[in-house]
Parts: sequence; C-alpha cells; structure tokens
Amino acid sequence: MLRTHVQLFLAFLRIGLFGFGGGPSMIPLVHQEVVKRHAWMDDEAFADVLAIGNTLPGPIATKMAGYIGYRVAGVMGAISAVVAVIVPVIMAMIALLGLYARHGDQRWVQGMGQGVVPVVMVMMAKLTWDFFDKSRASLGWFVTLAMGIVASGLIYWLDLHPGLVIGAILFAALMRPEPRRTASEVNE
Amino acid sequence: MIYWQLFLAFFIPNIVGYGGGPAIIPLIENEVVGRYGWMSSQGFAETLALGNALPSPIATKMAGYIGYDVAGVPGSLIATFATVAPSLLLMLVALGTLYRYRESVKVKSMSQWVRPVVMTLMAYLTWSFLDEGLATAGIVHTAIIAGVAGVLLLATRVHPALVVCFGLGYGALLLG
Repeated sequence: MLRTHVQLFLAFLRIGLFGFGGGPSMIPLVHQEVVKRHAWMDDEAFADVLAIGNTLPGPIATKMAGYIGYRVAGVMGAISAVVAVIVPVIMAMIALLGLYARHGDQRWVQGMGQGVVPVVMVMMAKLTWDFFDKSRASLGWFVTLAMGIVASGLIYWLDLHPGLVIGAILFAALMRPEPRRTASEVNE
Repeated sequence: MIYWQLFLAFFIPNIVGYGGGPAIIPLIENEVVGRYGWMSSQGFAETLALGNALPSPIATKMAGYIGYDVAGVPGSLIATFATVAPSLLLMLVALGTLYRYRESVKVKSMSQWVRPVVMTLMAYLTWSFLDEGLATAGIVHTAIIAGVAGVLLLATRVHPALVVCFGLGYGALLLG
C-alpha cells in the first residue's frame, strides 16, 4: 500500500516537473506514466477519463491526477497525486518571484519585468488564435465571431461578469433538446 | 474577508472555465487585476511569464503564487484548493452520470459554446498586455520583443521558457 502511494507520488511528480506548456500539453506524460509504465489503467479507460474530464470545467491535469490517484489508492491517493503534480512548482514560483520582488528597486530588474510583457502578449495572442481555430472547426467562423462580439459587448460594454455570461451559455447548452433518436438506435 | 475573496476569485474562473488551464487565465486576470486590484497588469504579466517558463499546470501555479502574494501560505492553500477541488470533486462524484452522457449534444455544446467567450477574454488580455508594453517599454522595444518572440514561438521549436528568458534578458540589458 505504501509502495503504491510512493509510486503514485513519484509518477505525478515526474509529470509535474517535466510537463511544460500548461495542463493540456501534459496529457501525453500522464498517459506514459499511468498506462504504459504502471498499467494502472488501459488505453480505453484512460481515453474515457480524459473525455469526461474535458466535459468539466477547470484545469485538466489536476482532474486527471486526482481521479487516477483516487482509483489507484483512494482519497489519500488522490491527494498525493494532486500534491505531487502542483506543489513543488508552486514553491519554486513563490521563491523565484520573491527573489525578484526583493531586487525590484534595481533598474535592470525593472527592465526584465518590462521586457517580458510583450512576450506574454504574443503567447496570449497565440492562445486566442488557437481557441478561435478550434471554435471555427466546430461552430464555423461566423458563429464564433458573432458570439465573440456579443460576449465582448456584454462583458466590456455592459460590464457583466464573464462568469455570468459563461454561466448563461452553459445553461442554454443544458436546455438544448437532444436530437430525436432513430428507431434503430432505440432498439439497440 | 480576504480568504473568502481569494476563494471566490479562483473558484468562479475554474467552475466556468472550459478548455483547461489556459482558458482560465483571462478569467483569473479579470478577478485579480480587474475586480480586486491585488495586482497590476504588469505584475500579472510577470507572474504569467514565469508561470509559462516553468512546468506543471498553469492555473494552479497562478493560484498558488497569487494566493501567497495576497495572504501568505493560508492564502496560497485556499486559492489552490479553490482551483483544484470543485471540478475534481464533480468528476469523482458524477463520473458515472457523465460517462453515460459524454456523447450527449448538451455536454458537447457546453464546451463548444464557451470557447468563443474565452477567445474574446483572451483577445482582451492580449490587448491589455499590448497597452501595458506600449506604456512602459515603448513602441519600438515592444515591437522588437514581440516580433522576435512571435518568430521563435510560431516558426521554430524553441522552448517557450527560452523565449521568456529572451524577454527577461532584453529587458535587463536594454530597458533597465
């Protein structure tokens, strides 16, 4: 039992330390550890968990870690997998930014802070484009842009909370009628 | 009550943010910079830059650091909890139900319909970083850094962490 916990912790520690580029890009690493290395799940179960994780909001990597940890070793397993995947890097983050803040009065340190803003802008622009591209593939460019324009009007012009706008959309999606099933599907 | 505010500031983005960690970033910015004013736009950009240069999920790194910055270790724990726990609990409790409905048009529409809104929030955040860059580094430096970063990120396989280092180095040498 202890061995399983240690394995879980180390597996998700590796995923946390080598998974660059945010949660979604960490999925292949999770697959490598969970399916290939430790065989805690087969490919099909992994694909199902991933699909279900994507139907829920929130970061995907911690949902995967928590759920897989729970399946392998119960509540404590969920906790150790989540802690392993996020805590070491949060501590590194706090230490590095603390160091940065302590030398914040140096001109060159202030320059570093300014120099990084355009880089983050480009990264955010790329994410914006990725989301546009994905949305265009499922909804078409016209619907995507129209929804985007209406949303920006509601959020930035009428000053509605974005959570409220998204909440309303989620509600509308839930109210959407299911397409009528054909007779052959009902018979299955 | 600062802890309650921290909880809400991270709970709300994570419960409505479809599309994984990156989709949650503009929603967090809206709370942390826009609503509560815990950070300046540049401070948020710096945190995000470091976050992008380090491994592990981005949403939890932002939560852990901002929570710590606002209210110390308890703040960090609360912000991280608010980020991880709600959707994980939903997943554990409702897995069976979700499994049955995973092909449902309702469930698919949820993540598809939210995307254009997240795209809009991201576009706005891009714009506010541009605004920030122009105000502090000026148009010439912003254009040079963004141009080089754009080429490196889009046309080469250079690691994003190195691109962040380029911005840091450029700023230290030429903007200090």
